[in-house]
Amino acid sequence: MAVEEVQGADVLAPADPGEAAEAVKASRVVVPRGGGTKWGLVAARMASVAGTQGGVRIVDTTRLAGILQYDPAEYTVTVLAGTRLDDLGQVLRRAGQYLPFDPPLAGRGATAGGAVASGLSGPGRLLRGGVRDFVLGIRFVDGEGRLVRAGGKVVKNAAGFDLPKLFCGSLGELGVLVEVTFKVLPAPPSSGTARFGFDRLPDAAAALRRLLRTPLEPDAVDLVERRALQAASGPEVAGDDPWSLWVRVSGEEAHVAARLDRVEDVVGAPGARLHGPPEQALWDGLRDLDWASRAPAVLRLHTTPGRIERLDEALQRLGALRHYSVAGHVAWAAVESVPARSLVVSELAGLADAALALRGAQGSPHVLMPGEGFARRVKRALDPAGRFGGNG
Amino acid sequence: MVSDPAALRVYETDGLASERQMPLTVVFPREADEVVATVRACFEDEVAFVARGSGTSLSGGSVPPPGGVVIALNRMNRILRLDPDEQRAVVEPGVVNAHLSQAAAPYGLYYAPDPSSQVICTLGGNVAFNSGGAHCLKYGMTSNHVLGLRVVLPDGTVERLGGSSLEVPGPDLVGLFVGSEGLMGVAVEITVRLLPKPEAVRTLLAAYGSLQQAGEAVAAVVESGLLPAAMEIMDRLAIEAAEAAVHANYPKGAGALLIVELDGPRDEVESDFVRLHELIRRSGATEVRVASDDAERLKIWKGRKGAFSAVGRLSPAYLVQDGVVPRTRLGEALCEIEQLAAAAGLRVANVFHAGDGNLHPLILYDGRRHGERERAEELAAAILRVCIRQGGSITGEHGVGLEKRQFLGEMFAEDDLRAMARLRREMDPLGIANRGKMFPPGFEEAGEAGRALLPSAAAG
Repeated sequence: MAVEEVQGADVLAPADPGEAAEAVKASRVVVPRGGGTKWGLVAARMASVAGTQGGVRIVDTTRLAGILQYDPAEYTVTVLAGTRLDDLGQVLRRAGQYLPFDPPLAGRGATAGGAVASGLSGPGRLLRGGVRDFVLGIRFVDGEGRLVRAGGKVVKNAAGFDLPKLFCGSLGELGVLVEVTFKVLPAPPSSGTARFGFDRLPDAAAALRRLLRTPLEPDAVDLVERRALQAASGPEVAGDDPWSLWVRVSGEEAHVAARLDRVEDVVGAPGARLHGPPEQALWDGLRDLDWASRAPAVLRLHTTPGRIERLDEALQRLGALRHYSVAGHVAWAAVESVPARSLVVSELAGLADAALALRGAQGSPHVLMPGEGFARRVKRALDPAGRFGGNG
Repeated sequence: MVSDPAALRVYETDGLASERQMPLTVVFPREADEVVATVRACFEDEVAFVARGSGTSLSGGSVPPPGGVVIALNRMNRILRLDPDEQRAVVEPGVVNAHLSQAAAPYGLYYAPDPSSQVICTLGGNVAFNSGGAHCLKYGMTSNHVLGLRVVLPDGTVERLGGSSLEVPGPDLVGLFVGSEGLMGVAVEITVRLLPKPEAVRTLLAAYGSLQQAGEAVAAVVESGLLPAAMEIMDRLAIEAAEAAVHANYPKGAGALLIVELDGPRDEVESDFVRLHELIRRSGATEVRVASDDAERLKIWKGRKGAFSAVGRLSPAYLVQDGVVPRTRLGEALCEIEQLAAAAGLRVANVFHAGDGNLHPLILYDGRRHGERERAEELAAAILRVCIRQGGSITGEHGVGLEKRQFLGEMFAEDDLRAMARLRREMDPLGIANRGKMFPPGFEEAGEAGRALLPSAAAG
């Protein structure tokens, strides 16, 4: 097991699941880390456990890498938790398959375990589902250092409690993931994107909602502020319009253009079309939050399409750059610093189910969490001694 | 509240008719507060309880715990909110699955999960067992469609889990609660996602000489990269039963039938259907029928969805199994089932979700014949062990319930089960919520005072 010294915490890098279990057993407080792409989440955890007697250990999972089992005909793949998603993506692509939930920061070194632990999904989440819908099985080290397996390796399983879903978004507070089994799907043969410009957000949001009522099955619908696009891709992609609505459809090549025509009918305006590498670059950029890469802090808010306009007013008051993804179910906001919890609560009451600070070391990483009593019980069951922190 | 023995008898069993237990009493709440009050009273007196809807569980999940209270939720059947703009509905647990889609239909929306019992089963039960259905292949199970819950924990505490967004923050507590088989409490309010009705649906029915050929056709469809909404297979005996019961006019003399359904935007469905049709034609089908309208389509599905109950016409009794194997090993599993059935001298009808590798062997027996029910249960056990050995699951959509609890310990190692048991104990320190279900016998024992005494608790 490799050991290095970082920020006053030992970093252990186990080479197999057994070593990961030993590392947990031998430590008083453990913060798991994958590729470190969602550094705010790790930093916030480090801040919350700083000063723990006996020290804090980071368990780095990046050496736990590799595909353990992949049979394309099964639509399932089992990987060690530290496997990079871009490596996995390449293997899947060769077999004509993909992970439809579009894991954020995959292009920047995000790992399978990190995708599950952060519970984050990208623009492609809209049509086929989020990371929670594609995690079939997990193996993890619990707070007592035991290796536990849950779920399974087949696409359908209703045996036992669904711990694989529970671990989605658990932020390393319930255990160290060492293995993940994903469901995968055949990749669509072709796709196309139309861009629609708007002066006013309410018009853009109304068009977005009209699209959702159709049976056109767009697989991504994102609404982005010009300033955000400019930060990522420069003026030629951003255009002059204050807001742009990006709609992606996929399927047989022959039908993509016709479906985009129908999308234009619903929106009520002609769209600028993107195909091939520029289209790919745009969506990879949105997925990997390129537009927010220089922002000191990034918030992710969970909301609904009907609340976009009111939420936007609140985010404007917080001085945020805004990107509404997954047809308005997810709002990304880049801000100068993570606002105080009380400010977030007062500004966002009723506008979002919850907020998570993906970047920005200061402040609480998540606010407005529902089900806290239930979550505390879950925590006590899997980590009774508080080895993974967060027992405050 | 009911305590008259004759009236109680209705509640002593569910779809798994072989398990019976007289309840202490049955309560019929109309409001969530009444559920809370009942659960609190049970907690204070350490009395076990089970919540139930229409009692369609095939794994004995809603059979009363010994000396326990039944909370019958059928009267909590209001759709509290149906919001077409946000594409969601908030419902009480007693709402019947199919009623929700009917209520959403005027807005061009529907609720996707479609268990075969959807015209009678309730959404509360679907949540408890993470029910599946024919369209899981493309749309996923109940869990993939539940956004938020209001739940009463076994000590009477009320919690809200999730919300109304597609995405949830923090650990996926809704995901944990769905499919927890009533062991973590009772959902009294359920927020689900509604989907726009597909623009086009195309369904075909193909007849094959043998089950193996039908299985190979499924493999060819999967290989092609098409993503059908559903792929279902029925074997000779299941066809015969369905024919006798609902006169679906299925092809005569077929060894197996394959139903494939595509749905989605019209252009895509039409071109995919051409590919599918060609593929099926080359797969050795003896007859291919394409539903030309909704009526024909419904008729094809009527035979499939009614197959379980139809088997009742061929045999005085039967056991419905629900196991999953890796899809590529379906053929192998079916062969093994055939051999096991022959050795047991029993007939097995197969109806299954081929695209998911989810088998539903129906084991026919006559309980009046000496030892036949025992042999049927042994055969069912042997089939589940085939699923476990092949790396599958002991249940794809019916849950573990009472029927399969001894197999959970064969599918999972002791440390895995203990993690689940610790979760159970934190949620339900007295072990009163649906006591005796899911965990293997002996793993969760009721002590003299009714306290849950788990091995880990005993150890320290």
